[in-house]
Amino acid sequence: MTQPFRIAGGRLVAPDRPIRFRFDGRAYEGLAGDTLASALLANGVHLMGRSFKYHRPRGVLSAGSDEPNALVTVRRDDARITPNLRATQVEVYEGLEATSQNRWPGLGFDVGAVNDVFGRFITAGFYYKTFMWPRRAWDRLYEPLIRRAAGLGEAPTRPDPDRYAHRYAHCDVLVVGSGPAGLAAALQASRAGARVILCDEQPDFGNTLRGDNAAAIDAAPTAAWLDQTLAELAANPKVRLLRRCQAFGYFAHNLIGLVERLTDHLPAPPPGAARERLWQVRARRVVIAAGAHERPLVFPGNDRPGVMLSGAARRYLDGYGVKVGQRVVVATACDQAYDDARALATAGIEVVAIVDLRAEPSAVARAGDIPVFAGHTVARTSGRLRIRSVTIAPIEVAGAARALECDALLMSGGFTPSLHLFSQSRGKMRWDADISAFVPDQSAEAEQSAGACHGVYGLGEVLRDGAEAGRQAVLACGFAPAGHAPVAESRTWTGGHLGAAPPATASRGKAFVDWQNDVTAKDLAQAVQEGFRSIEHVKRYTTTGMATDQGKTSNINALAEVARLTGRSIPEVGLTAFRMPYTPVTFGALAGMARRDLFDPVRQAPMHGWAEARGAVFEDVGLWKRARYFPQGAEDMNAAVARECAAVRGACGLFDASTLGKIEVVGPDAAEFMNRMYVNAWTRLEPGRCRYGVLLREDGFVLDDGVVGRLAADRFHVTTTTGGAARVLVMMEDYLQTEWPDLEVWLTSVTEQWGVIAVQGPLARRILAPLVEGVDISPEAFPHMSIAVGSICGAPMRLMRVSFTGELGYEVNVPAGHAPSVWDAIWAAGRALGMAPYGTETMHVLRAEKGFIIVGQETDGTATPDDVGLGWAIGKGKRDFVGKRSIAREAMHRPDRKQLVGVLTANPKLVLEEGMQIVEQAGGKPPLTMIGHVTSSYASPTLGRSIALAMVSGGRGRLGQTLYAARPGGDAPVSVVSPVFYDPRGERANA
Amino acid sequence: MLLIACPYCGERPEVEFAYAGQAHLARPAKAETLSDDDWAAYLYMRSNTKGHHAERWRHLHGCARFFNAVRDTTSDRFIATYKVGETAPGAGEAER
Repeated sequence: MTQPFRIAGGRLVAPDRPIRFRFDGRAYEGLAGDTLASALLANGVHLMGRSFKYHRPRGVLSAGSDEPNALVTVRRDDARITPNLRATQVEVYEGLEATSQNRWPGLGFDVGAVNDVFGRFITAGFYYKTFMWPRRAWDRLYEPLIRRAAGLGEAPTRPDPDRYAHRYAHCDVLVVGSGPAGLAAALQASRAGARVILCDEQPDFGNTLRGDNAAAIDAAPTAAWLDQTLAELAANPKVRLLRRCQAFGYFAHNLIGLVERLTDHLPAPPPGAARERLWQVRARRVVIAAGAHERPLVFPGNDRPGVMLSGAARRYLDGYGVKVGQRVVVATACDQAYDDARALATAGIEVVAIVDLRAEPSAVARAGDIPVFAGHTVARTSGRLRIRSVTIAPIEVAGAARALECDALLMSGGFTPSLHLFSQSRGKMRWDADISAFVPDQSAEAEQSAGACHGVYGLGEVLRDGAEAGRQAVLACGFAPAGHAPVAESRTWTGGHLGAAPPATASRGKAFVDWQNDVTAKDLAQAVQEGFRSIEHVKRYTTTGMATDQGKTSNINALAEVARLTGRSIPEVGLTAFRMPYTPVTFGALAGMARRDLFDPVRQAPMHGWAEARGAVFEDVGLWKRARYFPQGAEDMNAAVARECAAVRGACGLFDASTLGKIEVVGPDAAEFMNRMYVNAWTRLEPGRCRYGVLLREDGFVLDDGVVGRLAADRFHVTTTTGGAARVLVMMEDYLQTEWPDLEVWLTSVTEQWGVIAVQGPLARRILAPLVEGVDISPEAFPHMSIAVGSICGAPMRLMRVSFTGELGYEVNVPAGHAPSVWDAIWAAGRALGMAPYGTETMHVLRAEKGFIIVGQETDGTATPDDVGLGWAIGKGKRDFVGKRSIAREAMHRPDRKQLVGVLTANPKLVLEEGMQIVEQAGGKPPLTMIGHVTSSYASPTLGRSIALAMVSGGRGRLGQTLYAARPGGDAPVSVVSPVFYDPRGERANA
Repeated sequence: MLLIACPYCGERPEVEFAYAGQAHLARPAKAETLSDDDWAAYLYMRSNTKGHHAERWRHLHGCARFFNAVRDTTSDRFIATYKVGETAPGAGEAER
């Protein structure tokens, strides 16, 4: 018979729409509107999982997002597999495939249950005391075993094919939760004319209210009031309703993170539809109407399948038309459970007894015909895959224990206001002794809690509280509140219990506090016994409250237990912080579109397409793609670089230098500003001339370098390193805006505006001259380090005669859009003469042959200009520049400072590794004294052997010495030489 | 996600800004007269206030201007923001 435990009347399900689904390979039938949990319960299935550590059989505990036990994996296809979903939130659809987790080979028989047998050896914190000996066993035995055993669900192995959307929204009032408090607040806010967003994690609004058949609101049946209210809200254009939408995080200044589930409930999501949508909502006011969590009781054997929260059983009955069992016992310490018991009895379930911890249950609690055992506790339960009986015993009074047969045991310890979002907002809580609960006290953000999460119970009171919160919110936003609060009766429930239930002589078995992390009351006692007193320590040592349910059903009981064990009051012990997310959030939702190609912007230089078409191999320089080398035929990098270097030094090379930073410095005080920033003496630089600029930090260390051209008295074309461009501009702006605001100078970043084509080699002038217009580039008129404005192939041009290769060279600056066609023209003119394109690798080799540093390679933020041989660049007699005071320090002139030198290996074929340490003696025993390191190292085609640059202590005083590069295969002898390996007098660039 | 009130642009989310360190550190005019220790103090010594901290921000992805702020480092609340060259409103807030 299908769905043997289904009865009519479930308000959230459609009896005329059956749904077929599979759980652990078996086919079942449910109804549209069911969750996986309710559908399985309708089929009499309680066993839904195995616990984390002990692999104990577990059933569903709750009916909502606080579920700790029933974690399942839902599979749509090979790539769409989602683990660790709560069966109480999975909406069944036709063809749903779900499986249980953390068991092998199956739920009914799980090998992992051996952990339960040896449970006493794996109590809290056992991993701090084990797996240490022998050490060798860790890599091959312990770690692989632990990895296989740990965790709950299995992570999918295929990339997530779904799309996730991001939205931003602003509103006046964000209401989180659509129970009575939330709806009352939303009504108030919307009627006042505010922009309202109302969200609820459930598939529809007011679901918690819809399952409640007893109450009337504004003299109408609840269901009618609900329908009317939702219709009003839906019709209001200023109200946005977000269902299946979890508020997962409260961020600073009222930014709330929401995740809206869009397609997981559909049998066939439309192709390309976003699976989830992340909302970042900035609300002027937030109303938190998050409700309260029902608290379980902590007694031995409280985790068998069939043991669940009383309110959950009621919900399954009223909301889904599902009987959780045939013979039910209710264990409670509060009044509500009596109501639940009577409702179940009315529905035809045999309620064997109500077991009340209280010696005198309150007058409000009416049991009808159900036998009540007051002043009794639960000693133990029996039944492995399903509860079979519960043994109860009197508390503090002589009397025999008795066993009651049952197939479901409902428990209720009272209610705990849900403080997760409030805690995330960094609000302060206080202990309300009247209701034995922490409640919000001092807000840190512009929010207000309402209803059960505010410590307000009873439908009438909750509606009033919600309306008041809505009223306050709109007043704060400057609206006039309209209308009255909805009216309903409130019943005053009493009672509640925190911490472990009183024990009895007959007590036997594990009493669980935290179901998901398998933490028992004994674990808490053990932690206290081992000396942990702070709740923060006890939490982390036992891991209670640290699972994916973030302690929704466990935190307060754990706290109360620790209070009892340490003889303190609950407020004295205090509450640990609740962490976001409220329930787990997919990586996809957080990533949105920032994945794969869209993860980071890619910056491409103007000639990127040309280089790509020629088969260039690219490298990443920050976000830039730069051509590293242009292999021809079967060339590897070394062969390509050798050919490119030879082409540059022998004929001419063509290089895309567009990524270099460029800053236009303009104004009457431009030269004064440059003087104060850079070490060089700019005021003496004539317009039409260039100079190699060095920029220090205020602490005297080299920050950046680059050739600077002076175009006019009031205009400088400043270049920086590719990676340093933004940094240099920020530094310039900092000084200009905050130190020298009186200077009249403007700075503009023009890195992307100018394309830069470097033409380097002995034939450079011959190739360029016919193309250049308006500039005489004869050697007399345009010596090395000149700059002029003209045009090339009709495009505006700034021509700089500069050389990073040491050859006769030019950098042709044209507006970036013109660069590709100008490049084509230069290429056409040069290729017949042996011109070759070259990439960054060749560029690095050629400059190293000339001893030119690269900031960030030879320097590391601790090199002064003098350390890297750039002391000559400092303008003599300059009164002040950034870093001047620092380089005057004695320590900056010590002779043993690391200084730039060249090193040549004794074996010319040996290319040292960059980063190799330099030592004075070979073959020493560690620790060796490191006196320097290799900063750049290449096979030099020009010299026909390896070369390297290094920073060595007192390097300039060691020229000619033999030192050693420490290598695992045998320290390599090197001789210290000048860093300029080629053309030491710089004749070739000046040709 | 802090909301920061740029004195020029108004309230904008924190991703548009870059933090720029302690405020009101004037670069010594005659640095050559400072001892190494005093110069080091200017370079490296910074307050570590628990409470109202005067600091600089820059509206990097907006007007790109630097400005000053007083922020409570315990609650991340911005007490005030004000332009370069101005003094903090209610200046002289003591550390808590």
